[in-house]
Amino acid sequence: MAAVAAAISIGGRPSWVMRTARTLLVTGAIAVLAWLLVLPLLAIFAEAFRQGAAFYLDAIRQPDTIAAVRLTLTVAGIAVPLNLVFGLAAAWSMTHFDFRGKALLGALIDLPFSISPVVAGMMLILVYGKEGWLGRWLEPHGVQVIFALPGLVLATVLVTLPFVARELIPLMQAQGSDQEEAALTLGAGGWQIFFRVTLPRVRWALLYGVLLCNARAMGEFGAVYVVSGHLRGVTNTLPLQVDQLYQENFSAAFAVASLLALLTVLTLGIKRLMEWRHGDDLNH
Amino acid sequence: MATRNVLPGFRLSTGYTLAVLGSCVLLPLAALLWTAFELGPSGWWAQIGTRRVLASLRLSFGAALLAASIDALLGLLVAWVLVRYRFAFRRVCDALVDLPFALPTAVAGISLTSLYAPNGWLGSRLVPLGIEVAYTRLGVLLAMVFVGLPFVVRTLQPVLESMESDLEEAAYTLGASPWQRFVRVLLPLLLPTLLTGFALALARAIGEFGSVVFISGNRLFRTEIAPYLIVQKIDSQYDYRGAAALGAVMLAASLLLLVALTGLQRWSRRWAVSR
Repeated sequence: MAAVAAAISIGGRPSWVMRTARTLLVTGAIAVLAWLLVLPLLAIFAEAFRQGAAFYLDAIRQPDTIAAVRLTLTVAGIAVPLNLVFGLAAAWSMTHFDFRGKALLGALIDLPFSISPVVAGMMLILVYGKEGWLGRWLEPHGVQVIFALPGLVLATVLVTLPFVARELIPLMQAQGSDQEEAALTLGAGGWQIFFRVTLPRVRWALLYGVLLCNARAMGEFGAVYVVSGHLRGVTNTLPLQVDQLYQENFSAAFAVASLLALLTVLTLGIKRLMEWRHGDDLNH
Repeated sequence: MATRNVLPGFRLSTGYTLAVLGSCVLLPLAALLWTAFELGPSGWWAQIGTRRVLASLRLSFGAALLAASIDALLGLLVAWVLVRYRFAFRRVCDALVDLPFALPTAVAGISLTSLYAPNGWLGSRLVPLGIEVAYTRLGVLLAMVFVGLPFVVRTLQPVLESMESDLEEAAYTLGASPWQRFVRVLLPLLLPTLLTGFALALARAIGEFGSVVFISGNRLFRTEIAPYLIVQKIDSQYDYRGAAALGAVMLAASLLLLVALTGLQRWSRRWAVSR
């Protein structure tokens, strides 16, 4: 492969054995990525447009699909800001103070990433469902959580909880508390310190966390699947709509899926751009 | 540490953090454990010990272990190439690695299924050769390899980048061949990191639902994964106790892996210091 440029080599010119090995390794890696990642991505768009552009446009303009888009935007619109505030609060608490159980708190913040989304959704039913710990009190008072919007939001918050905190905590730890403490000695109040000193210093990391959180929030399937109840046009988010369409109309399912795939490509593009332009502010 | 706690907002930030964690994580966690413990050992086994559940657990854990191992190999190759070599489209390849992180799992699931179905791009070529991927255990494995790959690559990359070449140079001057330098010098240094990536991929694969349920086809005793059975118990049987019994097993596996990961991190840190 001509593209194989000079690599980090030891001891002058690489021998032909090294060069062959390099070519083989690079080709192998590209083949793995093409087979495992590129092919599935291309397949989504190929299947989506298999029956033509008119069919595609028709599929994504169905009332159920539009309702699903709206619900996904609503759920993410509530869950992401909640996690933004949570991430800031958790990072402020974890990096500016010493207290007992801090290590445990840190582990708890990361915990949702290791729980299966399906198990996460099921746990929520056990608490907020009709016969759940809180649900049996909430439902008679007209508050329905499971099979309704609050349940979808809770499930989404739960699975995306660590995203923002995880970006902020290492960064704020590295930055230390010196500037905040200096502001304090100059007479600044708590909120003033937060908005004028801390927030500007972590804004890119915050945005980065929000970007990743949003992508996951809009694409979440397992946790939301369990608590949704699959009421078409009512509690179907976009991924759930894809699932339901897949049973009935293959190409329509892929048309809707392509919207989510576009969101993914866009997210990855912005992510790269942020790492490239603001890598130093992200602590990466 | 006297100056550590002078900033305001301790109660507000810690209180809010605990309130969200409590309502979204701790309370649900407690409810799951409570429901599972209420069953008692024999009641729990009555839920878990059926042929169907055991088959699903065997598949979930077996395929996840195998998938994480494959990910470790493929991930090492990809991370190595991305860090050590400069080639056309390297940046595109690097960005692509995040795809399984960001692509909604249901989308990945239907896409993989369409590729390997008998009339799909790859399926139409593989099925005549006798290789059936869609609706088989091989499909479950493939989907798990897909979701796990970025964990290994992203864990290895920074370590490979920061690894100084002085050790390799020393090995070179002592006459070690490239292969010896890799196996005797680099691999032992990378081992804790590689295991960390493996454990992360494993944790993800065990609990994965969306990418797997479509391509698995959910055939009784053969391709049903444990998360699918949980969904089945809730959705069509309203069997919350059975779901909780199975969920507790999955949760225990997640927590065990989390402990193992913490241990691994401590190990790799000590490794770095002792160097």
